[in-house]
Amino acid sequence: MRTLIFLLEKEFRQMMRNKQLMSLLIIAPLIQLILLPLAANYSVKNINIAIVDNDHSTISQRMIHKITASGNFRLTGYANNYNDALKMVEEDKADLILQIPANFEKNLVRENHNQVYLAINAIEGTKANLGGGYLASILRDFNENIRVNWVNPGTNNTPQVVVASTNWYNPYMNYHLYIVPAILVSLITSISAMQSAFNIVQEKESGTIEQINVSPIRKHIFITGKLIPFLVLGIFLFTLGLLAGWLFYGIVPVGKLYVLYISLVVYLFTMLGLGLLISTYSNSHQQALSLSFFFINIFNIMSGTFNSVDSMPGWAKTLVSVFPPSHFIRITRMVMLKGSSLADISGHLAAIFLIGLILNTWAVLNYHKTA
Amino acid sequence: MEPVIVTEKLTKKFDDFVAANELTFEVGKGEIFGFLGANGAGKTTAMRMLCGLLKPSSGKATVTGFDIYTQTEQIKKNIGYMSQKFSLYDNLTVKENIRFYGGIYGMRRKEIAVKTDELLSMLQLQGEAKTLVSELPLGWKQKLAFSVSIVHDPSIVFLDEPTGGVDPVTRRQFWDQIYYAADKGVTVFVTTHYMDEAEYCNRVSIMVDGVIAALDSPAALKKQYHSSSMQDVFYQLARNAKRKAD
Repeated sequence: MRTLIFLLEKEFRQMMRNKQLMSLLIIAPLIQLILLPLAANYSVKNINIAIVDNDHSTISQRMIHKITASGNFRLTGYANNYNDALKMVEEDKADLILQIPANFEKNLVRENHNQVYLAINAIEGTKANLGGGYLASILRDFNENIRVNWVNPGTNNTPQVVVASTNWYNPYMNYHLYIVPAILVSLITSISAMQSAFNIVQEKESGTIEQINVSPIRKHIFITGKLIPFLVLGIFLFTLGLLAGWLFYGIVPVGKLYVLYISLVVYLFTMLGLGLLISTYSNSHQQALSLSFFFINIFNIMSGTFNSVDSMPGWAKTLVSVFPPSHFIRITRMVMLKGSSLADISGHLAAIFLIGLILNTWAVLNYHKTA
Repeated sequence: MEPVIVTEKLTKKFDDFVAANELTFEVGKGEIFGFLGANGAGKTTAMRMLCGLLKPSSGKATVTGFDIYTQTEQIKKNIGYMSQKFSLYDNLTVKENIRFYGGIYGMRRKEIAVKTDELLSMLQLQGEAKTLVSELPLGWKQKLAFSVSIVHDPSIVFLDEPTGGVDPVTRRQFWDQIYYAADKGVTVFVTTHYMDEAEYCNRVSIMVDGVIAALDSPAALKKQYHSSSMQDVFYQLARNAKRKAD
């Protein structure tokens, strides 16, 4: 126990003395937390649309006006024919082509239906999907209007099912509410796993680990002494992140803070265990960086930061369930948006703890004072 | 003389490579034992086994009466070690380094405070107590590292090329420190490439290609090899080495 205090004293001193690293560790996540939610937004705006209007009628003008007025589309220009429009797509000036056939209005009135042609550049999947969807819904709406005002004025006999939906826990589908907790988690993930790994590898590189290994210090004491400072740092950064979320995005956790912090401590225990494990397998910064980057990259892409885990294929879901961040992202969202209690999140918490127990045991077993 | 290190056919193999081959020797209490050999001869490997940092492949050895296979943690309480690599924390001050190393050997704060003053005055570093180790010149760092390695009063101290890259004046002072420690009964086990330092040792062993080629006092070795200096003795033995230096 006394040894642990000496160790902690040393670790905190070194941490505080490394001012450059400390300011980087504090400022960099804050900048990311403030900037990323502004930029990483799923509501697609500024979809460039090229229009081939072969009709030049009142109705085609109205349709075009409706599309541009929606705010999601930016009219790149009119093309004389489809090939010219395709050229715009090839030059990356347009994402969508809307082709209105000749005699569109005439045939619409005469035959009661007509077709427009929509071509989508699918290189940017999200943009293409959402853009196509937006345009389709605008045209559907336009269709209704024609039916009512033009084709059959005064009557509307089509029976309709209207779906009225309410978005629970995030009524205005505020993207920030969804993304800020996830970004906070991914920042905590990178910092805890990487910094703890680097710290121990640093001792290996400078040779001081030899001096530790040749001393009678117990290895679990040494490891505890290494983990506690990063636990404190993690809690500090998480708090800073919560404050930033509140200041910049007005996000106040609906749930109890202690639920959030208990989960955080369990999560840090697990991620620091991962960092520790990485350090036992790495002899240099480069190795530790490559290994932790490998894990953190997978975690960030697969744990539901941006995309939904539920829509992944079965095998991927099983895989993701052993990724601690996927559980912690759920917990933070549940607690912050829904106000979930400790009982509600206990399943996820237990999963994180179990993984943490395995990682830490593995790390302690794999750390040898004698080679 | 009561032996504190006893080895018998101590061997370390890395795959097919025999780094240390059947080393058998004894080191007595309070002795300054020089461990010489060309680069790659197996000195560091032997030393690391005795310190409990490396598990031997075969053979027997005891350090301060404890077995190096099963009692490494007891050995660690009784020895000091200064590795080839620099072993102090650059971003801690002189005083903080002494405190930390004293602390992990289980010393009490009071003991550490007394010891710190003693060490600093011996090293004439009182003025530098609050200086970061990174700001000290190499020679001072090495002297400090030696003091730190014996801060907990071990019965044996292992020094792995402690004076590499250090100027002759500081090397001389470093050896004064070693003599001082040996006078107080600390056994010193030291590897070196400097032959003048070999002359300072009570007994010297010279390793060639993983085996001990010669072991005796400097005077006896010089007589045996009809040489006027240890330099010449070493040269006669080491030039026949088959292993490439690393």
